[in-house]
Amino acid sequence: MEEVQLMKGNEAVAHAAIRCGSDGYFGYPITPQSEIMETLMAERPWETTGMVVLQAESEVASIYMVFGGAATGKKVLTTSSSPGVSLMQEGISFACGADLPCLLVNVMRGGPGLGTIQPSQSDYFQSVKGGGHGDYKLITLAPASVQEMADFVELGFQLSFKYRIPCMMLSDGVIGQMMEKVVLPPFKPRRTQEELLEQCPWAATGKTEDRERIVITSLDLDPYRMEKKNEERQSRYRLVEATEVRYEEFMCTDADYLIVAFGSAARICQNAVESLRAEGIKVGLLRPITLWPFPGKILAKYAEKVRFMLTVELNAGQMVEDVRLSVNGKVPVYHYGRMGGIVPTPEEVSTAFNKYL
Amino acid sequence: MAKIKGAVLVDTERCKGCDICVQACPYDVLALSKTFNTKGYAFSYMLHPDQCIGCASCGLVCPDGCIQVFKVKE
Amino acid sequence: MSNPIIDPKNLVYEKSKVLSDNTMHYCPGCSHGTAHRIIAEVIEEMDRQKETVGVAPVGCAVFIYNYLNVDFAEAAHGRAPALATAIKRLNPEKLVFTYQGDGDLAAIGTAETIHACNRGENIAIIFINNGIYGMTGGQMAPTTLEGMVSSTCPNGRDVAIHGHPLKITEMLALLEGTCYVTRQSVHTAASVRKTKRAVRKAFENSLQGKGTSIVEIVSTCNSGWKMTPHQANLWMEENMFPYYPLGDLKDK
Repeated sequence: MEEVQLMKGNEAVAHAAIRCGSDGYFGYPITPQSEIMETLMAERPWETTGMVVLQAESEVASIYMVFGGAATGKKVLTTSSSPGVSLMQEGISFACGADLPCLLVNVMRGGPGLGTIQPSQSDYFQSVKGGGHGDYKLITLAPASVQEMADFVELGFQLSFKYRIPCMMLSDGVIGQMMEKVVLPPFKPRRTQEELLEQCPWAATGKTEDRERIVITSLDLDPYRMEKKNEERQSRYRLVEATEVRYEEFMCTDADYLIVAFGSAARICQNAVESLRAEGIKVGLLRPITLWPFPGKILAKYAEKVRFMLTVELNAGQMVEDVRLSVNGKVPVYHYGRMGGIVPTPEEVSTAFNKYL
Repeated sequence: MAKIKGAVLVDTERCKGCDICVQACPYDVLALSKTFNTKGYAFSYMLHPDQCIGCASCGLVCPDGCIQVFKVKE
Repeated sequence: MSNPIIDPKNLVYEKSKVLSDNTMHYCPGCSHGTAHRIIAEVIEEMDRQKETVGVAPVGCAVFIYNYLNVDFAEAAHGRAPALATAIKRLNPEKLVFTYQGDGDLAAIGTAETIHACNRGENIAIIFINNGIYGMTGGQMAPTTLEGMVSSTCPNGRDVAIHGHPLKITEMLALLEGTCYVTRQSVHTAASVRKTKRAVRKAFENSLQGKGTSIVEIVSTCNSGWKMTPHQANLWMEENMFPYYPLGDLKDK
């Protein structure tokens, strides 16, 4: 029997992390996501599943604890919000350079700088374009409900371990803080060390006689080897782009117009689409679930059919650039956004849409 | 009374001629060669092998781990 | 040429098998090599090669993993104690150690170092203090002595401008989480023997879960100091040891 519960998105992440057999959580408190660590500490999973939970001295330390845990093949995560995620960028780049799987969660707030503690989606670029140095990508999942915040924990780990690419769950203060019904994933035991060794033969688990020592590093001073490593990583990125695109379509089949929005903005747009439809306007909503890999191909397909596209984001216009790249000038692509922690109403979205009719 | 005699074997290709073993030897056994290894370093060798007692001081201070020490009681 | 004493049956000393045969990239006479050799010997003697995960720093010793034949994770500059924290907590049966220079441990990684020690992580920290940034070409370190010349204090460290040389090991000894804090050197056979005993104790503490152990090794950087290796050893005795005195600071 599935048990329906009422909780915040942040709490759902914590419960899902325990239930999916995570080995460790390392984090530093920051609004609006502190409930994640608070829930974990209250649940005391170290007494049940053996999961380690540790409050680090900074986000910098948190991400390197994640790096250390991941280097030994463990299933580890950290969570933070925008300024904290900025601090983690060095470590995220190092984890990408060392091809380490891990789950990162950004419950976005408005910026730049300290900005605000209110919701925002202004870290889209940071997450999908590589916020740190070097050529790298993060698999980026954008939940639009408490249920998805719970579900994307295990999905994020699965994708991350499959491709050895860190996975970012890019949530925001709306989804993190709102309470909604959720069915938590079933309990799954943590992997045994034997299972870990089978899944992660690359991990630094202690040099046995039957193999060479393993070094987890992003460093190689030989330019030819370094380029090869980069090319191999890029080939995994191409594979992810070819196979892991996820999106949701809402009333798109007969649409003359398309709204593109992710996360909490997509929730608002869904209401806007319903009221516009009631007025007889054939508008659909495409919600990218993976922000990288971006659902560009499906958008290019819709560009053949619709008259224009409108992206709605809680930022100054970030994803709109990827939508424009995807449609390559075929149709106009407009942007409507609010900043500073303001969440627009469906009516505001409808009004913005109607301007372009 | 048994006499202790020692000897050292230097991996002359790994040796960088830092001279630390020469300074560490309590019996002035070691010296740096007048010739060079393929990397261009003078290397450590036993100038006075008869004085070696196999105390391993040279091996203990060698940063490059290129000294083996042998010892016999006669 | 052939010396009858040189026979495998008479062998009394050679480098540990845990130290690889790769020629080290360090300058002639560099203390890093001796410190690596000691760690290798201790791991071999404790028979822990299979259960060891080392954490490499950024600095000259960034390539320690090419020389010590154990599994390694390479940290970003200063972050080794954070990596080691998670590695040890998630793999409590492992022997986990970091190897860090003075820039790594006492400048950019001060926060990670202090908090790992304060939590009493069951790790061993090997701290190489040579008072200079070797890899980047001899710049001032937090531990550079007053008046000591480096490329970023070419007229000698002026404490009015640069502040004072940091006695971070003394600071770490104050923390409740540390169980063993010692300062040693590797410039003579006697000091090598002492340092080896200290490293062994630190590693045993890690396995016994007694808290954090720190073995500072006051070292030379003869290239950075612009001296011969022997001169550097003498200079270290005369100048470094008075400010960074050798011996145990804490053993509980």
